[in-house]
Amino acid sequence: MIGHDRPGIVASVSEALAGLGANLTDSTMTRLRGHFTWTLVCNGPGAAEVEAALDPLAAGGRLLATVREVRAGGEAAWAGEPYLMSVHGADRLGIVAAVTRVLAEASGNITDLTTRLTGPLYVLVAEVDLPPGTADAVAKRLAEVAAGLDVEVTFRPTETDVL
Amino acid sequence: MSDSSVSDPFHGWTPDALGDAGEVLPVVTAPDPVLSRPGPEVDPSDPKVVRLAADLLATMRVSPGCVGLAAPQVGVSAQVFVVNVSGHPKAATVHGAFALCNAKVVEASRWRPGREGCMSVPDLTGDVKRAARVVVEAALPGTGEPVRLATDAFEARALQHEIDHCAGLLFLDRVAGAHAIHQRKTYL
Repeated sequence: MIGHDRPGIVASVSEALAGLGANLTDSTMTRLRGHFTWTLVCNGPGAAEVEAALDPLAAGGRLLATVREVRAGGEAAWAGEPYLMSVHGADRLGIVAAVTRVLAEASGNITDLTTRLTGPLYVLVAEVDLPPGTADAVAKRLAEVAAGLDVEVTFRPTETDVL
Repeated sequence: MSDSSVSDPFHGWTPDALGDAGEVLPVVTAPDPVLSRPGPEVDPSDPKVVRLAADLLATMRVSPGCVGLAAPQVGVSAQVFVVNVSGHPKAATVHGAFALCNAKVVEASRWRPGREGCMSVPDLTGDVKRAARVVVEAALPGTGEPVRLATDAFEARALQHEIDHCAGLLFLDRVAGAHAIHQRKTYL
């Protein structure tokens, strides 16, 4: 779901899904520069039926729903080591591409990512699962790439305290 | 609002001891490179350092909601900062307004998450895990007298935030996860 933010979107969409018998499972919603965005997975009827049910909520094109079927069982087991990468610096083209390429070349899998542009400051925070034993080399390469981009990077293991 | 139950680690030192009312300086914001450069240790008795401490206190005093300010935030790469969490609702132990040089955290325990902001990153806040109890060793500007300061709660968080500034680190370098940075809504 993407659209102009206003109160009540989540309630309306959830009600429409519940009315179809579609069970909402994992989802993440945020606002990106004022735009409402919600990516969600639900178990229920086919994509066309869901899209039709959400269509009345489009509010004259102010809210866009795109529905696709996904296969169950996408939760792949992964034996990687979780790391957190924080990057900040003056905004310029290609920061995300350059630093995430370093992770990709090490077969690192990004599991969560946020980027923010506020004034001239660009901030990226990413959680990444790395193949065991690769972290030191990735950290070194990230430092080189960050220096080339004139941005700051910190790279450290994710804390996974279980309380 | 000094807590009278706390021993005075400053041996009677107050900002008045600087003998300088200080000047309000402009606060620099990220991505200014001075904020990411580790500051060198200073000679606490250097008149320039005394002046810098006075300027930081003056600048903190006129900045609404400001509970701490470090030298890099006024464009000076140096291990000098000021803190004053007096009256803050999250504070427990409070030592009033003070300035420290060459501060180091020598003991840290009771790690707690908390959301913090920064005058140098005005549009964002971040969830950062900090020690709720710390012991900091430092030197007083002017006399150079050594200080061993034990504190907790919000004052401990403020000290760690300012010591990070002196080391060229922002809260952005310490956020707890990809969903731990937020558009700022309220000031600390």
